[in-house]
Amino acid sequence: MAIFQARDVAIKFGRISAVDGVTFDIEPGTVFTIIGPNGAGKTTLFNLISRLYDTSAGTLTFEGRDITNLPAHSIAGLGIARTFQNLELFDHATVLQNLLLGRHAHTRSNLVAELLFLGSVRREELAHREKVEEVIDFLNLHKYRDSMIVNLPYGVRKVVELARALCSEPKLLLLDEPSSGLNTEETGEMAFWIHDIRDRYGITVLMVEHDMGLVNRVSDKVLALNYGRVITIGTAAQVQSHPEVITAYLGG
Amino acid sequence: MRFPYKTDYGQDLDLFKSSSDRFWYGLLALVLLSMPLWVDTFWLGEVSYVFILGIVGIGLMILTGYAGQVSIGHAAFLGIGAYTHAILLSMGTPFVVSLVGATALSTLIGAGVGFPALRVAGIYLAMATFAFNFLVEFVFVRWESMTGGFSGFAVASPEFLGVSFTSGGGFYYICLLSIVLAILLTLNLLRSPTGRALIALRDSETAAQALGVRLARYKTTAFAISAGLTGFAGALFAHRIGYLAPDIFTIMFSIQLLLMVVVGGMGSIHGAIFGAIFVGALPQLIAIMRDYLPDSVARQPGIEPGIFGLLLVLTILFEPRGIYGRWLKIKHYFSVFPMHKKAAFSRQKSYTKSER
Ligand SMILES: Nc1ncnc2c1ncn2[C@@H]1O[C@H](COP(=O)(O)OP(=O)(O)OP(=O)(O)O)[C@@H](O)[C@H]1O
Ligand SMILES: [Mg+2]
Repeated sequence: MAIFQARDVAIKFGRISAVDGVTFDIEPGTVFTIIGPNGAGKTTLFNLISRLYDTSAGTLTFEGRDITNLPAHSIAGLGIARTFQNLELFDHATVLQNLLLGRHAHTRSNLVAELLFLGSVRREELAHREKVEEVIDFLNLHKYRDSMIVNLPYGVRKVVELARALCSEPKLLLLDEPSSGLNTEETGEMAFWIHDIRDRYGITVLMVEHDMGLVNRVSDKVLALNYGRVITIGTAAQVQSHPEVITAYLGG
Repeated sequence: MRFPYKTDYGQDLDLFKSSSDRFWYGLLALVLLSMPLWVDTFWLGEVSYVFILGIVGIGLMILTGYAGQVSIGHAAFLGIGAYTHAILLSMGTPFVVSLVGATALSTLIGAGVGFPALRVAGIYLAMATFAFNFLVEFVFVRWESMTGGFSGFAVASPEFLGVSFTSGGGFYYICLLSIVLAILLTLNLLRSPTGRALIALRDSETAAQALGVRLARYKTTAFAISAGLTGFAGALFAHRIGYLAPDIFTIMFSIQLLLMVVVGGMGSIHGAIFGAIFVGALPQLIAIMRDYLPDSVARQPGIEPGIFGLLLVLTILFEPRGIYGRWLKIKHYFSVFPMHKKAAFSRQKSYTKSER
């Protein structure tokens, strides 16, 4: 059974249909990639899944549950995490604080216990810290732990955002252009991590990506989007040889 | 330069990070506890006032410095705390009960004022709190049966075993205990999930939501706690001034309170305290300065707000991290002496955001 389904999903901004009747299924444990020219509606689709935007038609289903009308803050708790195309980190906080915020959906403590910093709060914090340290190990962020985000180079911020998403222990991870702004070496590392995220942690990945090299290396399935509509879905090779995809990229 | 050697994650949760911290704060505690023995009543009153301002500063820092919600209506909460406390005392309520009552009412009203913050942000929120301040001033004037209207009323000074504890040394210790408790509770909050959630909504509401932070809940919480602390400080403030009148809790005072946290240093409790010391000491400094200025300047009625405004602008231009930021730099300078690099604190270029 598909872990995630989109059925005839649409959204309009004024008279522009940014996403228009999009339907697809994602199988658990796979990397599903969306490609498409600038302005195709890829990020908008992510914002619909994160519930930052309301759909004007269609349904979104995660693990058999209709999430089309849930509030945005309940999405993380279900097991969907994301990164942002232009980074949405907490800039004036440390890497550690950012990653601990990744644990927010798993926090249980209440205000009174926190004000008194009871033993239960300390224990919970330590448990979250252990999880965060696992992610720090995985993505090699040790030396940045106590750095403020504003003092970090772009490439590192990109990794911190991935780390923050992983800290929430998602089942479905949305990555919006994970390689943009990275050099070749960093992109190679990213490909390696995406493989590991799928194979070692069994996390399903939904990714938007422009770098075809990366797309070919990691994708199990590719969807091509143009003007908010699905052109085709298939393997990376199939999609790239589709005539409409070629014209879309050549600016037809 | 010293690097604390960490052996377990719990150390990052501790309030005192090193033994030198413990030493300096211990010394500070000794100085403050012994102060009534070697300081006269006037200065004891001034220091008590700094403690009261410090509590307000902490409250405002939680809201503005951590949760990123600007308020220019905090004098209203101070007033609500002061009036509630004074009215309860006049009805014969015991001191501690009345203090709790003033704090509770202020907390509730704060949560209510938090509601517009769910819809509006930035300058519009600032304007909403501004309007709130006017509204509260209006109520103080008009609800004469309770507040005594324009002419106001004197605050009762309760006694314990025949000794007044709302002036002199007794009052000093009450204020000291209060600010220590306020600091401890706040530090606990800030090292907990709620404190982090506040920072999250300050820096990116989008990301905060995507991580499961309920914006409405945390904004309301920030307003409630901030107003609660300020109302509590207001109750103490009532004793400090002894006589309540509506023209004390004005927008001008609210702006001065905001200035306190900005000049002190945004986003740190140290900043709130430094700001309180500064604002508490400023009238004295201006009084001293007046003696040296030509009469025509010194007698200008607007000189105090003028100086406040000027300092605010200078801080924003030259030291956005406030007095605390400057203090950190000085500390760093000495800890690495003579290896100081000029560039140690200049930031890497921030990457501009164009869209999400
Ligand atoms: N909040 C919004 N209000 C109005 N129009 C919007 C909004 N968000 C997106 N759009 C429009 O929707 C269309 C799709 O934008 P989107 O950001 O989803 O493209 P994209 O496929 O992610 O492009 P890119 O590759 O450049 O990231 C664009 O025409 C954009 O202008
Ligand atoms: Mg995009």
